[in-house]
Amino acid sequence: MDFEYLFELLCGGVVKGSIYALIALGYTMVYGIIQLINFAHGEIYMVGAFVALIITGILTLSGYSDSGLSVLVLAAVIAVIYAAAYGYTLEKIAYRPLRNAPRLSPLISAIGASIFLMNYVQLVQTPDFLPFPELVPEFEFMEPVSRFVSSVDMVILVVTALTMVALTVLIKYTKIGKAMRATQQDMVMARLVGINVDRVISATFIIGSVLAAIAGVLIASRTGQINSAIGFMAGIKAFTAAVLGGIGNIPGAVLGAMVLGIAETFGAGYISSAYEDVFAFGLLVLILILRPAGLLGKAVKQKV
Amino acid sequence: MQKTTLGHLVAAALVATLISAPALAADTIKLGVAGPHTGDLAPYGLPSKDAAEMVVAEINAKGGINGKKVELMVGDDQCKPELATNVATKLVSEGVNIVIGHVCSGATKAALGIYKGAKIIAISPSATNPPLTKGGEYPNFYRTIAPDDDQAMLAAAFATDKLNAKKVAVLHDKGDYGKGFADFAKEAIEKGGKAKVVMYEGIQPGAMDYSAVIQKLNKEKADVLVFGGYHPEASKLLSQMNKKKIKVAFIGPDGIKGDGFLKIAGKDAEGVYATGPMDVSKYPLNGKVREAYKAKYGKEPGTFFDQAYAATVAALNAVKVAGGTDYDALGKALKSSEVETTVGKIKFNAKGDAEGVGFAVYQVKNGAFAEVK
Repeated sequence: MDFEYLFELLCGGVVKGSIYALIALGYTMVYGIIQLINFAHGEIYMVGAFVALIITGILTLSGYSDSGLSVLVLAAVIAVIYAAAYGYTLEKIAYRPLRNAPRLSPLISAIGASIFLMNYVQLVQTPDFLPFPELVPEFEFMEPVSRFVSSVDMVILVVTALTMVALTVLIKYTKIGKAMRATQQDMVMARLVGINVDRVISATFIIGSVLAAIAGVLIASRTGQINSAIGFMAGIKAFTAAVLGGIGNIPGAVLGAMVLGIAETFGAGYISSAYEDVFAFGLLVLILILRPAGLLGKAVKQKV
Repeated sequence: MQKTTLGHLVAAALVATLISAPALAADTIKLGVAGPHTGDLAPYGLPSKDAAEMVVAEINAKGGINGKKVELMVGDDQCKPELATNVATKLVSEGVNIVIGHVCSGATKAALGIYKGAKIIAISPSATNPPLTKGGEYPNFYRTIAPDDDQAMLAAAFATDKLNAKKVAVLHDKGDYGKGFADFAKEAIEKGGKAKVVMYEGIQPGAMDYSAVIQKLNKEKADVLVFGGYHPEASKLLSQMNKKKIKVAFIGPDGIKGDGFLKIAGKDAEGVYATGPMDVSKYPLNGKVREAYKAKYGKEPGTFFDQAYAATVAALNAVKVAGGTDYDALGKALKSSEVETTVGKIKFNAKGDAEGVGFAVYQVKNGAFAEVK
């Protein structure tokens, strides 16, 4: 047994898992509140990455080349603002008119929105791959362990953990969180007790999009390249992670993503990377057979 | 009675023709040029016809070869195997001495059996299917273009001979192009026996992270990574290898040899090797001939023009060296006599592939691909 290799793979798996988790958190939160699978989440992630690329491009052109964290923060903040606007608009145009329609209608609308955004970026930007700058600097204190976890990996891990805690706190202990839970339980009743349901749902989408944009900026700066189609694969993997952990459950999304990332990495490391996706989706099928609501999901009785 | 006389006359006439036919043939050298000259694929065949016409015109203007003029016989096969056999039969029955063609691999294969039976040599400017020469079935077949697997064999040879690799990892993106390259490279390395293929795997194109495969590469202690695929995956692999400080020489196919790769991989591209088609514009004859073509036709020469020009030059040179059109003498001349052509100075190896034609290894130096000498 080669323990060093095992450890390397484990680190790789955790990092990969946290990449998936970062995208899955926003996905699962939106589902948790309004029971809508927002297929356009991956595209918001992609838009966030593109905005960050454009901002860094402008900063470089205007001679602002401080290579520290300031570029990252500035690019991320603007990407977040853009993505929030996209999320808000998306909800207004694609989902709000279908609020009282059968559940399948908003789902199809979500797929449509996803295809629209992908093609929109392809038309106004480019279908080609673009290089994405490394916005996260190499930290010196990470030097000894950079073989296992690089600086950008560490940032992704920390941001994922913080996001998970922050979201949990937000939903459990704040006023808006309480309103979100109320909306989730019963929209009509929430309205009756004076909650502005429309505003709560808009806020949900804005928070989800903010998370997607942060994920987009960090992950693109790790992979070093983006194009208009990156959102699709990201969306699929995040969706898988969210379902694995129990969709709508915030710690579940992180757990599901970790399980997914580690399973893929071990599968690739010990068997063959050609079957990476087979391990990922095979595991999903297996877990859904044993626990149909996902690892941490609560089985909900269908009201008839 | 009268009938018999007529019969005798006809027979006599036939005999006379048969006798005189070789005598006539001896007066000119009959050069066939076959390929698609009409139909969808005509753009691949017409430049070959133009090239052959140019060479023949030039040689005839200088008085021909060994005192004989060259006569061009053109056959259109539309790249269809069933038409190619007809063309071949017709050319053979008209006493062709040597054929430039055919153009498409499928049509070439169909025609080659007929030429083989008639002991006629065919030189294709464009049929790249590897077994045509390497299968050994057609000793009468030569080509002035590199076969499809040459690129992978070059990469394999470069890894084992120049980079002295002992352990080679082969990765591909599971696509036709990438996997084809990887499969040929793996086969070549295993056959060569100088290095071991320690890892052979497909990776998921478009995935966000390749760390598992890179850790494995490190664990297997590979010296060289041969990658079959395109530039987005190659750049991702390289960037993650560099982050983990894993230094393994990287060789890719012509799918990564371009500006797209240099742009996306950035500083990670530095030192990467890639195989790609040789630059033929550096040969003096090439520039001269292309200028002449432009002056005559008013446009740039098309696909396979250089190869077809080279094939025609090589064919006629062989006739000159062999002092005739005897099959064995021609074969010997093609394999032994080096000739200056539009694709460089070439002669043919024992299997019929042109030596010195095809692919070269390039390396990224200071942000640009430079040929490795």
